[in-house]
Amino acid sequence: MAYKRNIDRLPIPPRDARVQNVTCHFCIVGCGYKAYSWPVDRQGGNAAAQNAFNANLAEQQPAETANWYSPAMYNIVRQNGKDVHLVIKPDVECSVNAGLGSIRGARMAEMSYSRTTGTQAQRLTDPLVWRYGGMSPTSWDDAVALVAEVTRRVVEEQGEDGLIVSAFDHGGAGGGYENTWATGKLYFESMKVKNIRIHNRPAYNSEVHGSRDMGVGELNNCYEDAELADTIMVVGANPLETQTNYFLNHWVPNLRGTSLDKKRREMPNEPHAAGRIIIVDPRRTVTVAACETEAGKENVLHLAINSGTDLALFNALLTEVAARGWVDRPFIAASTSGYDAAAAANRTTIEEAARITGLSADDIRKAAAWIAEPKQGGARRRTMFAYEKGLIWGNDNYRTNQSLVNLALATGNVGRPGGGCVRLGGHQEGYSRPSDAHVGRPAAYVDQLLIGGRGGVHHIWACDHFKTTLNASEFKRAYKRRTDLVKAAMDGVPAGDRAAQVDAIMGAIRQGGLFSVDMDIVPTQIGTCAHVVLPAATAGEMNLTSMNGERRMRLTERYMDPPGQSLPDCLIVVKLAQALERSWRAAGKGDIADKFKGYDWISEEDAFNDGYRKHERGGEHVTYARLRAMGTNGFQEPATGYQEAGGQGGRGNLPAGSTAAPGVIVGTKRLYSDGRFGKPDGKATFASTQWRGFQAEGKQAEKDKFRFLVNNGRANHIWQSAYLDQQNDFVRDRFPLPYIEMNPADMAELRLTQGDLVEVFNDNGATQAMAWPTPSARRGETFMLFAYPTGVQGNVVSKGVNEFIIPNYKQTWGNIRKIADAPESVRHLTFKPQEYRQA
Amino acid sequence: MSHCDRLADGGRRFFLMRGAVAAAGAAAVAGVASAPAEAAPSLARVTYPVTRLANLRDLKVNEPVQVAYPDADSPGVIVKLGTRVEGGAGPDGDVVAFSTLCPHKGFPLFYRTDDRSLNCPGHYSRFDCEKGGLQIWGQATANLAQFRLRVDRNGDIQAEGVDELIYGRLSNVLS
Repeated sequence: MAYKRNIDRLPIPPRDARVQNVTCHFCIVGCGYKAYSWPVDRQGGNAAAQNAFNANLAEQQPAETANWYSPAMYNIVRQNGKDVHLVIKPDVECSVNAGLGSIRGARMAEMSYSRTTGTQAQRLTDPLVWRYGGMSPTSWDDAVALVAEVTRRVVEEQGEDGLIVSAFDHGGAGGGYENTWATGKLYFESMKVKNIRIHNRPAYNSEVHGSRDMGVGELNNCYEDAELADTIMVVGANPLETQTNYFLNHWVPNLRGTSLDKKRREMPNEPHAAGRIIIVDPRRTVTVAACETEAGKENVLHLAINSGTDLALFNALLTEVAARGWVDRPFIAASTSGYDAAAAANRTTIEEAARITGLSADDIRKAAAWIAEPKQGGARRRTMFAYEKGLIWGNDNYRTNQSLVNLALATGNVGRPGGGCVRLGGHQEGYSRPSDAHVGRPAAYVDQLLIGGRGGVHHIWACDHFKTTLNASEFKRAYKRRTDLVKAAMDGVPAGDRAAQVDAIMGAIRQGGLFSVDMDIVPTQIGTCAHVVLPAATAGEMNLTSMNGERRMRLTERYMDPPGQSLPDCLIVVKLAQALERSWRAAGKGDIADKFKGYDWISEEDAFNDGYRKHERGGEHVTYARLRAMGTNGFQEPATGYQEAGGQGGRGNLPAGSTAAPGVIVGTKRLYSDGRFGKPDGKATFASTQWRGFQAEGKQAEKDKFRFLVNNGRANHIWQSAYLDQQNDFVRDRFPLPYIEMNPADMAELRLTQGDLVEVFNDNGATQAMAWPTPSARRGETFMLFAYPTGVQGNVVSKGVNEFIIPNYKQTWGNIRKIADAPESVRHLTFKPQEYRQA
Repeated sequence: MSHCDRLADGGRRFFLMRGAVAAAGAAAVAGVASAPAEAAPSLARVTYPVTRLANLRDLKVNEPVQVAYPDADSPGVIVKLGTRVEGGAGPDGDVVAFSTLCPHKGFPLFYRTDDRSLNCPGHYSRFDCEKGGLQIWGQATANLAQFRLRVDRNGDIQAEGVDELIYGRLSNVLS
């Protein structure tokens, strides 16, 4: 049977419940929530005067009510050492989600640590050190002293290149301004570490170098633009499942035509219609089906291209809009450079593109018209371009990214209402670090260093390469071998003899061993190899600032205590930095020790004030108190000023005619609205982006050798690598194993039935999944859930990367064979098509 | 203590605490995990009315009938699936009943006869009537509330409980 909670009554939040601001800590959309908390022995009543919702709860509440919460939005947690009821419920006042909760974010409360209800019992509560053949709890001082001592000794022997770092660099649960600043200060200021990488890729680099190098930052529009566009062109993204409430609250109204009033109001001098959408994706996703439902099939153009051929399509579209005279000449002249050269270099006929992409010439022409054919009366068509991992982790990342930005610039669609050329994003953003220029470009391919025996100590901040890297099979084998050498050495010396321990560890490192230090909130798969594990707090257990996909910055307030001895990452950095200072000083290296001064932070707010406030554009206008007052709407970065309460003047550069309400940080709705871009001359640069087939080494040969495309990505139920979901019964029941969508005819040929356990394999490695018959899947093209703990798709992804070490997860080919009949854990599941169809 | 042990312990605790609800109780859990559980909150169930929804002879295979339970403000559907399913009632084990308020945002679900699913026009969620209301795909943070059924000797189908919180009420039985 389906998992049921058998909860049929929940406590009523009382009138005086504490209410705090929460931004969902999962995806980049950053939906606004409110946390209600109150003492565990109390509750409100049904009468409106007795509850926090001011509603008569003795009655059935209507659809979309704000006066209800689901069991997943509830828990009992510790707050300042006392048990409290906690409800985390979507905020109807937040402009991002307007009260919508996704299947992921609306489980934040249930996925909080509770010793009372037992949720997230997996959370790390103590520093752990490898002792007596296992991980043993110890004190902070003991654990960080060992880390500092080994780190110093490795740096003494190998230089700072011997310290390899894997680190979050995002927002929400993937960092936050406080924590990225702290880690950045440690590794880029106190040290100059260059062998560093980010959580989902093997180097320290941008996923969108291409766009940035053209002077176009990748988060340049606002969510409202999706309501205003004539056409949305979305590439390699599945926003219904991965930016759910952005799609539901801002794209759907345009497709339904319910944003027409807003279009007429904000852009009065041109004709308007309900939005159309072009979706570039080899797979028919639930997003395609939803768009057809809302806009009608005639207003949805699904370009199901051959995997990895986007670049040829975009070049052909640029060629076509240029030939038709549909480019924005005044914009090109005023705000860009290099157009003519790029247009000539990238010239691609529609027929050529049709041959490469597998699309029909007519569909490519239709797409060009939907993007750029002037509207009645000659008004420029407003098209918003959005892309994500299908492009970012697809073939030839850099050029493909640039070819799409070319198209957006040529049609005048950056910096204007209804436009934008934006990545949709994964995590929220929250990057504030000292310069990383010393890392270089291309940055070091860190995974290859680790596999190749380089480095002696590895600091890991909230990364789990075992689930979220490419070439994962080889990586895991090498990593386990190297860290086992150190474990064996540690086992040979009494744990309490620190000097002997460190000598033994260093001896093992000289033999090719690796000392692994893992900072995380939960036990990870790479953490099984760690010698020291340090427990971290997450959003809500600490105050945390981040920004979303329209640069909307909010403060998530601390609404509960972190588990056990766990600490915010920024305060773990304090402990590490101070321990390193002591270690260097004890070693007689006072000059090096002095570099680790400046970490006298008591709270996460101190780290914020040291980092974001002092170093980010407009940071001087931003404080915790101001953010708290601005609730779940916050402001859009960069800040340009602060309007004092009462509307008396204010500081900073308030835009002319600013209508800011009293007591608000003044932000920036769209970037580049003045037509000036991020290059020294203010002009965005067009790029030459010729098609060159499969760019990453070995991809074409892999395609030729293996039968199935193993496309991959996320599922609606699951956030990221399921680090919390793996302990959530609702999700664990639904997906005990990752699924792989297969065409039923392919399954029949392989004698597979639904739920069967299959092995996916190629020359890179092997992994497992349960087969999900999917009629809309094309023959020979599968889609596997990415980064799932019980079947890691990265095992079969080759090590091939682009010139800037961006992985190419999407173009993976393999064979499939049956391992076993559907296991017991999946027999109660449904394998009906996911796609919604109208009645 | 290896991570594997931690995961296993966590899982056991979780099922005992939440899956089996009040019956398991804190006492059964203490000592299982390294971090001892503290007193569990009372999760006592509400008392449900017993309500006649239909008679077996009213039902035709794959033709849903609108019902309401536990009261008139909580719409639902009863359907004879034609094939025996886990949790099905009646002599053929194929009669099931569900709330038709989507547990995501409370929009009314509609029944598709071609794949025996309940579907939400609000945000496209789909629930499988043959699998206990399992969410095939969707936004709800729960599978669909199912009405527990008992069939009397005369064929009357009685509803006598609900296994999830119904949308729009903090107590399945309003008071």
